[in-house]
Formats: sequence, C-alpha cells, structure tokens
Amino acid sequence: MAQPSAGCQFSPWTDPDEKPLIQFQSVTKSFGSFVAIDDLSLDIFEREFFALLGPSGCGKTTMMRMLAGFEAPSSGTIRLAGDDIGPVPPNKRAVNMMFQSYALFPHLSVWENIAFGLRREGMAKHLLVDRVEEMLRLTRLEKFARRKPHQISGGQRQRVALARSLAKAPKLLLLDEPLGALDKKLRQDTQFELMDIQEKTGTTFVIVTHDQEEAMTVASRVAVMDEGRLIQVDTPDRIYEAPNSVYVADFIGDVNIVQGRADLQGDRVHINWAEGQPPIIGTSNHNFSQDQSVHFAIRPEKISIWSDRPETSDETANIVPGQIIDIAYLGNISTYHVELPNGQMLKAQTANTHRIARRKFTWDDTVWLSWSATGGILLEG
Amino acid sequence: MKRLSWFNVTSLTLGFAFLYLPMVILVIYSFNASKLVTVWAGFSTKWYGRLFQNEAFLDAAWVTIKVGLLSSCLATVLGTMAAYVLVRGGRFRGRVLFSGMIYAPLVMPEVITGLSLLLFFIGIGLDRGVLTIILAHTTFSMCYVSVVVSARLVNFDRSLEEAALDLGCSSLEAFRLVTLPIIAPAVISGWLLAFTLSLDDLVIASFTAGPSATTLPIKIFSAVRLGVSPEINALSTLMIAVVTIGVISASLISKRANLRRHHEEQAAERGQD
Amino acid sequence: MRRLTLIAIPYLWLLALFLVPFLIVMKISLSEYALSIPPYSPYLDLSAGWAGLVKFLSQLDLENYIFLTTDDLYWKAYLSSLKIATLSTVITLLVGFPLAYGMARAATEWRPTLLMLVILPFWTSFLIRVYAWMGLLSQEGLINQLLLWLGVINAPLMILNTPTAVYIGIVYTYLPFMVLPIYSILEKLDESLLEAAEDLGCSRLMAFWLVTVPLAKNGIIAGCFLVFIPALGEFVIPSLLGGSKTLMIGKILWEEFFSNRDWPVASAVAIVLLVILIIPILLFQRNQQNQREADT
Repeated sequence: MAQPSAGCQFSPWTDPDEKPLIQFQSVTKSFGSFVAIDDLSLDIFEREFFALLGPSGCGKTTMMRMLAGFEAPSSGTIRLAGDDIGPVPPNKRAVNMMFQSYALFPHLSVWENIAFGLRREGMAKHLLVDRVEEMLRLTRLEKFARRKPHQISGGQRQRVALARSLAKAPKLLLLDEPLGALDKKLRQDTQFELMDIQEKTGTTFVIVTHDQEEAMTVASRVAVMDEGRLIQVDTPDRIYEAPNSVYVADFIGDVNIVQGRADLQGDRVHINWAEGQPPIIGTSNHNFSQDQSVHFAIRPEKISIWSDRPETSDETANIVPGQIIDIAYLGNISTYHVELPNGQMLKAQTANTHRIARRKFTWDDTVWLSWSATGGILLEG
Repeated sequence: MKRLSWFNVTSLTLGFAFLYLPMVILVIYSFNASKLVTVWAGFSTKWYGRLFQNEAFLDAAWVTIKVGLLSSCLATVLGTMAAYVLVRGGRFRGRVLFSGMIYAPLVMPEVITGLSLLLFFIGIGLDRGVLTIILAHTTFSMCYVSVVVSARLVNFDRSLEEAALDLGCSSLEAFRLVTLPIIAPAVISGWLLAFTLSLDDLVIASFTAGPSATTLPIKIFSAVRLGVSPEINALSTLMIAVVTIGVISASLISKRANLRRHHEEQAAERGQD
Repeated sequence: MRRLTLIAIPYLWLLALFLVPFLIVMKISLSEYALSIPPYSPYLDLSAGWAGLVKFLSQLDLENYIFLTTDDLYWKAYLSSLKIATLSTVITLLVGFPLAYGMARAATEWRPTLLMLVILPFWTSFLIRVYAWMGLLSQEGLINQLLLWLGVINAPLMILNTPTAVYIGIVYTYLPFMVLPIYSILEKLDESLLEAAEDLGCSRLMAFWLVTVPLAKNGIIAGCFLVFIPALGEFVIPSLLGGSKTLMIGKILWEEFFSNRDWPVASAVAIVLLVILIIPILLFQRNQQNQREADT
C-alpha cells in the first residue's frame, strides 16, 4: 500500500470527534428471497479511499448502487453527511459514479461527455468551459477533446469516464471495478494516478473490486465482504498481517493454514497439530481456552527454507522437516510446495537471490522449514 | 475466400432469378409500345406520359402519400412508446394482453383487421374517409415499429441511462438526450417500414376508405382486375425504381459508415496513447 | 405517474382500435342482415337503457354460424384455404431454405449485398409483385410463350385463374418472410460445429441433417408461421391470380362484405377464421417469446 505523504498519519476512523461522511445503519437489501446485504453497518470518512473487496455475489456492487441511488435498501438507513439519502433520486445526489463499462455516450464527443453533468446543473458557460478544460488537463486528455468514444483507446476511455464523474466535484465518487478492462502494466500506472487524483481533489473515493492487489495498493481502508456481510474492515497492512478469520487470511494473498488444538503456555500458545511432532509455538492477542480448536495462519514469505536443520533460535522457534513436491518459479520469487511428515502441505516463498541453475533446492529434496514465534497468527476459523 | 459448392451457387442463382425476373419483365414491358404482352412493338415511353396525365391516379397518389406520412409518424411515436413499455415496463397488470395486442396484427390476415376496423368506425359513427384510413394504418403499423424498436432496446446498454441519471438528468431528459439519439437508426427504420406498409396497403384501405378517399393501391387493384395494363406497368416500374434507389443508397451509406467506424476504432487502439 | 402515462397511451389506443373492433365483429356475427344503414340489426340503442340492452342481447343468435355450416361454400373454402396455405408454406420452405443456406455460406463480404437483394422485393409493393405474375401466367403470357417456343407444349396452358397460379403467387410474395428468419439463424451458426460432426464421423449430408437443420429449427418455425398465418386469410393473390375456381376464405369474406353486403355473415366468417388461427398465432407468439429469451 502506498502511504500518504510522510508525516501525516491519515486515520479519521480512529478519531472519536470525526463525523463520518457515509453511514450505513443496519442496512438490509433483499431481491425477492435472496438477501444481498444482511444487516450491514459501516462508517466511511471524508477523504478516504475506501475499498469494498470480495468475490462475485458478496454484495459489494449492491452497496455501491445503493449509494448511487439505483437501488433502495429494503430496511435500514444510509446517510450522506448526516442526511438520509434514501428518498433522494440518483440525479439529485452529490454522488457520482464511474461505471465498469465506462458508459460513455457514444454520440457525444469527449468534451461533451465531460460537460454533460455540468450542463444539467445549468452552470454558466464560461465556468463550464473552464471546468471541462481543467478536467481534461487533470486526466491528460486535452488532445482528444473533439474525438468520439469509438475513436479513442480503452485506456483513454477510462480516463474520460473518470473526468466525467469528477467534473461536478461530488462529495463522493463511486468506482465500479474501474481498472478491470485494462492490461496489467496500464493497470498499475492507473492505480497510482487514481490515488494522485484522489489526494489532489480531496474527494472521497469508494472503489469496488474483486482484485485484492488493487484494493491493497490504492485503499486507505479495505472492507472484506462475503455473502452480504462485512468480515473485516481495516487498513491494508492490518488486513494482511492480522486477518480476523480464515476467510480473510485466505482471501488476501497466499496463506498456509494449519489446524490444531491450543495448549496455553504462559504468554505463548502451543498448537498441537500432528502426532509425534513438536507443537507450533505462536503468539496471540486473542484469549483462547485450553484445548480450543484453532487455525494457525502464516504467510509463505515468513517461512524460511533450509537444506540442513538450522539451529534453534528466536528466528527459528519452529522447525519442521519436509519434502519438496513442487516449485513455482515466478522470476523474482519461487514458491516451494513442501509436504510435511503428516501429509500436510506448506508453501514457503523466497526471493531468487541466485540464478536458477545455482539454486540450492530442487524437486524431491528433503528440506527444513522454519519460522519465528511471531511470524504467524492464530485464528478461530 | 470461401468457395461455394455448386449446389449453393445454383440455389442462389435460381432463388434470386425467381425473385427478380417477374419484376424485370414488368419493367421491360412498361417500355413496350404495344399494349399487348405478347407482342414487342418497339421502345416507347408513351405509357409514362399517359400515366402522368391520369388525374385520378395522381389524386390517389397524393392521398396515399398524405396518409403514409401522417400514419407513419403517428405509428412511430406510438410504436416507440409501446416498445419501451414492453422492454422496460417490467410487470404490470394486463401485460400479457398488451403484448398479445402488439404482436397479433403482425400475423393477422388483413381482411379480418380491415373488417373489424370498419365495423368499429361505423359503430362509433365516424365517417369513413382519409382520417379513418390514417387511424387504421397507424394501428397496424405501430406494431411493426414496436417490433423493430424493441429489438434495438433489448440490446441497449442500460448503464448509459444510469450514467445520465447519475450526472443529473431526469428520466425524460435521459431518454431525450441519451437513449433516443442512440436508438435513432432503429426508430428511423421503424418509420420507413410504417411508411412503406401504409403506401402498399390494399385490403385495410379498401375497408376503411370512404367514397371520398381513394388510395393508389385501391386504384391499381380496380384497374388490374380487368387485366394487364401498360400504364400500370409504367407505374410499377416507377415504384420499383424508387424503392431500388432507396434500398441501395441506404445499404451503401450504412456500409460506408460501418467501414469508417471500424477503421477509426482500429486506429485508436493501435496508435495514440 | 409518468410511467403509467407511458403505458396508458399505446395501451388505450390498441384497446380502442384493435380489441374493441374485434368485439364488435363478434357482436355483428350474432346479428341479422337488414336492409338498413348500417345493414344489420339489432342496433344497440343506448338511450333505451337497460331494457334496450336486454332486448338487444335477446335478438342476438347463432343463426349466421349455422348458415355457415349448412352452405357448402364456406366449409369448402376453409378447407381449401387450409390446404393451399399448408402446401404453399411447404413449397416456400423448400425454395427458401436453400436460398437462405446459400446466403449464409457465402463469403462474408458478399452477405450484406445478398441480404439487400432479398430485402429489396420485401420493400417493393406487394400488389405490384402479384400483378407481375398476371402478365407472365396468362394464356398469351411469357411463360406460355416460352414453353410453346421450346416445344414443350402444343397449346397454351391454363395457369392463370387456377390454384396453381395462387401457389406460385404465395410462394413468390412470401419468400422473403421465409428466407430472412432462416438466414439470420444460419448466419450465426458456428462452423466449428459442423467440423466437429465431420471429425466424429458424419458425412457432409449427415452433418447437415443432424446439426444444421435442428439448430435452424427456430428460424424454420418462425418462417413457416410468417407464411402460413397470413396466407390462410390471403385475399389479393386468389383474387388476381386464382379466378373463380380457387376458393379461399379471404376472398369469400370480401365478397360477402362488398358484393352481398351481408355484414353479419362476413363477420361470422371472420370469427371462424380467427378461431382457426388462434392456435397457430399463439404458437407463433410463444416461439417468438422463447426466441427472445434465448437471445438475451
């Protein structure tokens, strides 16, 4: 996650005096017998770049459409700057949306597309022209102003859609999978551009995406959703390092999950996970009871891989033997799929500091995996 | 470049020959100096001259065009509304009946539609004349228009309308500024279809026209009942010519527009970012 | 509110100018012929109030329908119309399918032109196209001239004013209606399906029968309905090409109305025709509905 400018820690959600811009208050939305949003409550603050993240059907798009005004909640209230926006139709809200398909008007030029919303509010001609020019500069589209949407490329269309949705300087901008149609290189560049524009204009952005890398990169906070409910709402680093459930741990990035029983030993928790194997030593802020069933989650990059059994130390509080079953080579890193004595597979990831021909490990090698006592996290599952 | 089998080439040739020969022969004989079909007496345009001097025909043509323009415009408005209701109306009471009423006239034999409309006009005491023909034509044309327009509306990207609303349009403004310009080609073809159907209609016009109003098809029909007539040949040729020019130009214009658009899109993706 | 107005306007128009007229036809089919203007009775006199309505209803009867069953002409005409419509539909299919198939298999750059060539007759006046055959099929017409010249026949054939001419007329005028739906389905046909069939052991003919035809089914059905239903009640073609020997119900209805001035009987004829057509019309509408749902 790219942090905002050094020095200022942006976290209005921790400030009790800060009033949220958007409030979902016990919102439920059903389509017939299908419950899309289930008693959801959420606060989003001004100037946030907030991400709704989840698989298809989790309800994130429905939440966005309710904010835009295209769907109404079945029960509960949605507030914008304190006011209930339920009865306000979409054309009267200070909310604008950037559509997944861009929805550029094919019969209008780029200039007219951007001017469209401004014309509807009856803006004076000279002010309108200035504003459109400003938007064109912001999105670097000055050269293409007279063209029609079919005469420009996909990346340019995306920028027109962004310019059009920002033209009216809305309090809230909704972005529906804005980068989905772009290829990877363009996507990365655009992500930083989006963050830049968000900071510059000071608009609150709410982005809907199923791409967790995207959410982690751009967002100040991420809401992980599943089946109409919020599972965890936190900053990207906390989502990654301290997921609150197996679902979140598994959804974001790669993770190893080992199931076992807790054995409380002072400030450490020992997890009995396999017969005849020493317990996994971990730490946890959560209070587990003795013999409670727990899930131990650890990221592959936190596991070190050795050809010989290493010395026990703080860094290597946990040591297990295994055999390399598979290697996934990704150029800069390699992920080793290692089978443990009880049949469980663990993934260990290291940077390829040596060329592949000089790599230490190969298939079927016997190796040792190690990690520290604080490298992983205990979850209830 | 795909080679067609001999079977396909034969069916295409025979099929199109079958479709076009009668019309071609009609056109040729309109220039026949002799009145008879059997004898070719040399090239002559006298029948065209006779045609343009025939007051009754010219009057009927004028009435036909008037009726055509008025009924097609009315039918386009009503048909587009109906299409919108069908595609976007959602569920409402009486939807099944509505949909049935829209699609039935497409296949209903014209004698039945004509008879029912005439009896209706008499029942409500409306004198038969140009107005009744217009009402009748509007009614069956609107169904054709609605089929054409709803086919376009079904594929219409709704997010365009939502974007318009999001940017501040009322529903009516969204329709006027975004939907209508985009579905315009379909609306225009609907209009053209309605116009053609009206111009060509014999049966319904016969039932609903009064003694005062005669349309061209009615005139043509009463003339040809007596047999082949070279003046009718001339008239037919003119009508075929108008339609041919119309269809070919529309085809060329649309082809060129598509080609140009295709090139523009390719250029955009390839080059300038 | 606006939505209701949008629905109401076309709805009311159709109710008034489509549905109500049908109800009136039904009512008149139950009335009697009278030498009056309008030439039927009873005439609904609303000023007579409820009593008038009761008197009105009591005078309606099924006499006209009974008349239809007693007089040979009518049921013969219905049967003849059914025969002609069915046979013409089959012939149109046999002529139209190869044409549509040829068009669909043609090179892509040719297709818009071929499509235009099929649509052009569709836009040309129906009346004129039927008229064109009058000259061709008459005893002195070109067909006979050609056959005589070729020596195939010795004396001119009587084609005009026979059912044969009606068949030719229907097939000719309705051909685009058969070709267009079939073409639009065949055009979208994925060639790789045929290749897969041949790869699995079919001959080209078998692949055609087992793959192409079933997939084109919807187009064939739509085309057949678009020909059969209007052909059943067709008037112009039997009138100009069929002569007095060809019995078609559309012509009977017209003559009943205009020549005999017997509106009640004409109405009864119309209602019976409609009843015959209800099943095909409903089937057609269902086919269209399924087609539309499958496309979305």
